[in-house]
Amino acid sequence: MSTLNDTLVSTGSTTEPVIEPVEISTRLSSLDALESEAIHIIREVVAEFEKPALLFSGGKDSVVMLHLATKAFWPGKVPFPVLHVDTGHNFPEVIDFRDRTVERLGLKLVVGSVQEFIDRGELAERADGTRNPLQTVPLLDAIQKNKFDAVFGGGRRDEDKARAKERILSLRDEFGQWDPRNQRPELWNLYNGRHTVGQHVRAFPISNWTELDIWRYIERENIELPGLYYAHDREVFARDGMWRAVGEVSQPLPHEEVITKTVRYRTVGDMSCTGAVESAAATVSDVVIEVAASTITERGATRADDRISEAAMEDRKKDGYF
Amino acid sequence: MSTFNTPVVEPVETLISTSSITEAALPTTLFRFATAGSVDDGKSTLVGRLLHDSKAILADQLDAVARTSADRGFGGAGATGTQAIDLALLTDGLRAEREQGITIDVAYRYFATDQRSFILADCPGHVQYTKNTVTGASTADAVVVLIDARKGVLEQTRRHLSVLQLLRVAHVIVAVNKIDLVDFSESVFREIQADVQQVARELGIGAAALGTADHIDDLLVIPVSALDGDNVVDRSERTPWYDGPALLEVLETLPAADEIDTQLESFRFPVQLVIRPQGALAPDAVAAGLDVEAYRDYRAYAGQITEGSVKVGDKVSVLTPGQGPRTTTVTGIDFAGESLEEAFAPQSVAIRLAEEFDVAGGDTIAAAGTVRESSADLYAALCWLSPKPLREGAKVLVKHGTRTVQALVRNVSGKLDLASFKLEAASSLELNDIGHAQLRLAAPLPLENYLHHRRTGAFLVIDPLDGNTLAAGLVKDHPGDHEDERYSI
Repeated sequence: MSTLNDTLVSTGSTTEPVIEPVEISTRLSSLDALESEAIHIIREVVAEFEKPALLFSGGKDSVVMLHLATKAFWPGKVPFPVLHVDTGHNFPEVIDFRDRTVERLGLKLVVGSVQEFIDRGELAERADGTRNPLQTVPLLDAIQKNKFDAVFGGGRRDEDKARAKERILSLRDEFGQWDPRNQRPELWNLYNGRHTVGQHVRAFPISNWTELDIWRYIERENIELPGLYYAHDREVFARDGMWRAVGEVSQPLPHEEVITKTVRYRTVGDMSCTGAVESAAATVSDVVIEVAASTITERGATRADDRISEAAMEDRKKDGYF
Repeated sequence: MSTFNTPVVEPVETLISTSSITEAALPTTLFRFATAGSVDDGKSTLVGRLLHDSKAILADQLDAVARTSADRGFGGAGATGTQAIDLALLTDGLRAEREQGITIDVAYRYFATDQRSFILADCPGHVQYTKNTVTGASTADAVVVLIDARKGVLEQTRRHLSVLQLLRVAHVIVAVNKIDLVDFSESVFREIQADVQQVARELGIGAAALGTADHIDDLLVIPVSALDGDNVVDRSERTPWYDGPALLEVLETLPAADEIDTQLESFRFPVQLVIRPQGALAPDAVAAGLDVEAYRDYRAYAGQITEGSVKVGDKVSVLTPGQGPRTTTVTGIDFAGESLEEAFAPQSVAIRLAEEFDVAGGDTIAAAGTVRESSADLYAALCWLSPKPLREGAKVLVKHGTRTVQALVRNVSGKLDLASFKLEAASSLELNDIGHAQLRLAAPLPLENYLHHRRTGAFLVIDPLDGNTLAAGLVKDHPGDHEDERYSI
């Protein structure tokens, strides 16, 4: 596709730049370019590693990741299992969505359970009840037990300033730790996945996508998501400036009034720390418009755990978090 | 540190209009650029300004920055009584960095306008400037180099420009920042502009300097004030003597690297893996009506087109190390259930071939007759990125395209003095050095001159012991082969 665009050319080394019409060919839209980059990375990891797995929570970013994987290997099956770290505090409809998706694509599902670690006394419940930070131990345990040498994640660099410095292929040591001071330079589209025994690599193929890219892609590709992402009526109560759902693990305190509101979720995580936003966006197109006009980040809006400190994500990542 | 005062509550003019969002079909293109310069040049403020004015900074991030500004006693209350903020903090990174007052490495930022989505690689300028600039520039369509108007062209500017020329970045924009601090003086700007152009001529940057396609296409020099926003997003009235575009206008209109057609560009496709389901077809595809019988013997080669384009029916050569090129015809180009007639760089596709060759991951498919024999002798420029120095006789790994082979460093033939652009005698390379070396590969690779093939001419040097990346490599022609001496750095 060729279009006549105004483009800037320098007419010589001694004059100022002027705008002149030049024939340029617009080949790929930004979504196509991001999709192509992600598929290249997914294929590269499968080609270079013995035993990859994909972190799949049923959240939108991991759903997009899985969709990209199906496109990368079509008409073959996705050639790796999916791994879910179950906090035990998940929304039931998300677990249902996870199971249906795994079934539809004929995948193997590996579950690391936070609850089992707590029951065995290997993890302690936090005072604030949040289980997101507790996911690291079962995650590393599942990686070790299954001998996964590469783990795909749906992390994006626009999410957080710690993520902004994360590599697309990120080396983790025996303890799953991320060392921001010792990262490999990432050059051209050549990804260095070399690792030694005990180390593994986290791969983030959608590093360069923004939240809006994700939603536009979901719209374009007609990707199914858990219903939570769209506006629905729900019993909620206000806590920490967010709307929390009433559920088994998320009970209001006596002074917290329960009301029914039309809400949706921008992120889907642990029920005990993920908040809903008031929204009338009932379809994917509504959400695209809402996200584009949003004035607050998805993590700031809906994740209590990221409000703990300015460096909350940095600290969790260093300890081996996603 | 550069600072700037913006009342938090002041409505910000946005570049994203809701009208463009509702027209979701409107395709925007992706543009990758990097910034090079030091904190003193006001780079953080410029990046903060671009992000802020393009509404990439959301309210909670701005609040956090405002809180931090207040905690650190920045500025105090602004004229409107609201907290002044230090926009440089928007690009402030990790706690580890804040504690030490340094920037560790490249950070990636995102913003969009109606025309384009931008990926900005924000490269810190001090200690490991070569490592960071090489990293950021390797994927960039354009690089913005900052100069402090009060200081003019420094040795670091020359170093940055020479690295960018070495990496053949398509567009270089020099932002002469802090023009407000020299009272918007035209003469100061003209003097710096002339100096920049002098350096560019020495380096061979710019269309007028060379008149051929395979070099930095253009070099634009723009007077800006990141602090006040002059010529960053909008053209400034305070520089009436400058009638060129503002920085963002330039970034919105420059052609991306893959939009520039060069006559030298021909189809290249490093194969990543073979898609051969042998009956293990995707259940969702089968449920959607895929003809199971027809796909029983399906075999296609998956990869990303690194340059050029390919059509069904094209003659191609398959390059496998240790074998001569084998020629065949493209019978199909598939992408996730779609059959394409033609595909371009940088699309990821799967290609079917007429012949049942034994093609494996690591092989390259190329337009027939456009590639020369694979070679085990590698002559290269190396940008050394590791604290572990390179010594002659070292055993390393070379990753080229989708293949990794062992290699022996036969000799180091010189080191580039980035300030003078001259090659000096050297027998080892240290961190941030750029030098020339000759390597002997354990298996031949389809090496191509980086000057003409930015992807297939690039490789990584990897430490076989710990797997770390040691160097960015740029393939040079063999001595005696035709090579344009003007490019010989």
